Amino acid sequence: MLDISRRPLPPAASPLDALAGAAKAVPAASLRALPASARLAFRGGERAAGLAGIAFGVELPREACRFNTASGKLALWLGPDEWVLLAPGLDPAPLFEGIEASLGSEPHALVDISSRSVGIELSGARAAFVLNQGCPLDLSTAAFPVGMCTRTIFAKSEIVLIRTAPDAFQIDVWRSFAAYVWGLLEEARREFE
Amino acid sequence: MLIINCPWCGDRPEIEFRYGGEAHIARPADPATLSDEEWAEFLYNRTNPKGRHAERWRHIHGCGRFFNAVRDTVSDFFVATYKPGEPRPDLKETQP
Repeated sequence: MLDISRRPLPPAASPLDALAGAAKAVPAASLRALPASARLAFRGGERAAGLAGIAFGVELPREACRFNTASGKLALWLGPDEWVLLAPGLDPAPLFEGIEASLGSEPHALVDISSRSVGIELSGARAAFVLNQGCPLDLSTAAFPVGMCTRTIFAKSEIVLIRTAPDAFQIDVWRSFAAYVWGLLEEARREFE
Repeated sequence: MLIINCPWCGDRPEIEFRYGGEAHIARPADPATLSDEEWAEFLYNRTNPKGRHAERWRHIHGCGRFFNAVRDTVSDFFVATYKPGEPRPDLKETQP
């Protein structure tokens, strides 16, 4: 019988590889598939959040819909006791172990969700306009300032939207929805080609 | 699009939310002692008012939290939203 358990898993290919390779350069709304990132979903109370922030290296934001960032890592507030910890380019296993070890017996939930979603960066002067083709949020800098992040809807897909600069957004989308979101963003930015 | 005020996230479009039925319905502490009629009353019978209605909503495509809202079932106007555990606001004070 074929023993598949010992075979190493192939590196997960991004569903956006082919699409990103064929994307046109549109400076007003530039699309980029982000490289793989460690993603950890963390849930816990006030004390657990404090300890997890120290272990991760980025304090978990307590203010609603905000993110903190330090040395390339991001801690996103998604709910009153729910955060996503993003570490682009890092291996999730040591991060996971480190946070788990620092929490000890403090009640919490920590889940490695690195393979669940993929990142897309949308930047350029018309980035907010392009996003608004599928997302009904007010994306003016007054209502959605730099440093804000939230789970929301893009067309029929749930996304996590992060504003990293006045004209730059990062979108985290479940990998099975990634091609759908990418296709709609491509469609929306065609008028700026 | 209808704008709903999430007690945590602020004003958000309605498509981020899911309806959760009437609010302030406490589960009986000891269901075994209830008669079938009382249990059916708890399970199925709702006030179904024409006008102000306290109901649960969930910001499922946002912070994921349940909260309570007072909505006018005639005009679909959201009079108030408040966190679970907080008392139903006095409607006379919140008349628009």
